[in-house]
Amino acid sequence: MIDDDRVFKALADRTRRFLLDLLFARDGRTLTELESELEMTRFGVMKHLKVLEGAGLIVTRWAGREKLHYLNSVPIRLIHNRWIDKYTERQVSALADLKTGLETQAWQKAKAKKRA
Amino acid sequence: MAEGQGKKTGMTTQIHEIYIRATPQAVWDAITTPEWTAKYGYGGLAEYDLRPGGAFKGRTPPHMLSMGMPEVAVDGEVVEADPPRKLVQTYRFLFNEATKGEGFTRLTWEIEPTQAGFCRLTVTHELEGAPIMAAMVGSKFSEMGTGGWSWILSDLKSVLETGKAMGA
Repeated sequence: MIDDDRVFKALADRTRRFLLDLLFARDGRTLTELESELEMTRFGVMKHLKVLEGAGLIVTRWAGREKLHYLNSVPIRLIHNRWIDKYTERQVSALADLKTGLETQAWQKAKAKKRA
Repeated sequence: MAEGQGKKTGMTTQIHEIYIRATPQAVWDAITTPEWTAKYGYGGLAEYDLRPGGAFKGRTPPHMLSMGMPEVAVDGEVVEADPPRKLVQTYRFLFNEATKGEGFTRLTWEIEPTQAGFCRLTVTHELEGAPIMAAMVGSKFSEMGTGGWSWILSDLKSVLETGKAMGA
């Protein structure tokens, strides 16, 4: 199972985010192709890819002797649903509540004035 | 030469993977029956004749007909049906002449039970020669972040696990 911790941890690194951006621009790349875009040892890049794969952010497939890396955007989408939507929704409902509150107040004031 | 070709295919393929707390049969039904497909994503109604060569149709939901979508929005053919584990099909958007002209792409759904109560659903979409469809099913389709496989699959997960779609 993929948990949020692993996804956040994987995303909390500049190199790994850069690797995701590379795959976003062009999917299905080999380690050699990805390595050529980074100033890092092959082993270093492999380690980062492993973390990304463990978090479900990358899926790999073999094509003959080549291992291809694909971006899997689903975990990011799930985090978006869980963390972003939730809080923006709250902002929207807070504004809605504020509107209701102000309007009710105004209405009650008007009613009181009429009575007076 | 063959290797170069393979690489090209690799680059136009999109793979999306999601873990869902449901049985393989429930996931299978959610993909292949209109009662389920109406509940998530665009709410289109899937019709499958689940045997090799059988027809596939994705009917436009009523609320999208008024937006000028054709009655059948997606069509294709079943290549392989192994319920509730694997479904291979072709897939074409009939939204307009341009998407229709791109022709059929190949879609593979794989459902594997993982740990207790969970399944891994992998959707592999081979999109060679279909750049318009590739952009639509990719992760940057709309500014609102709707559309694309990651959106549809996370909604499918939500429906299967909670009974509710994300927007509901």
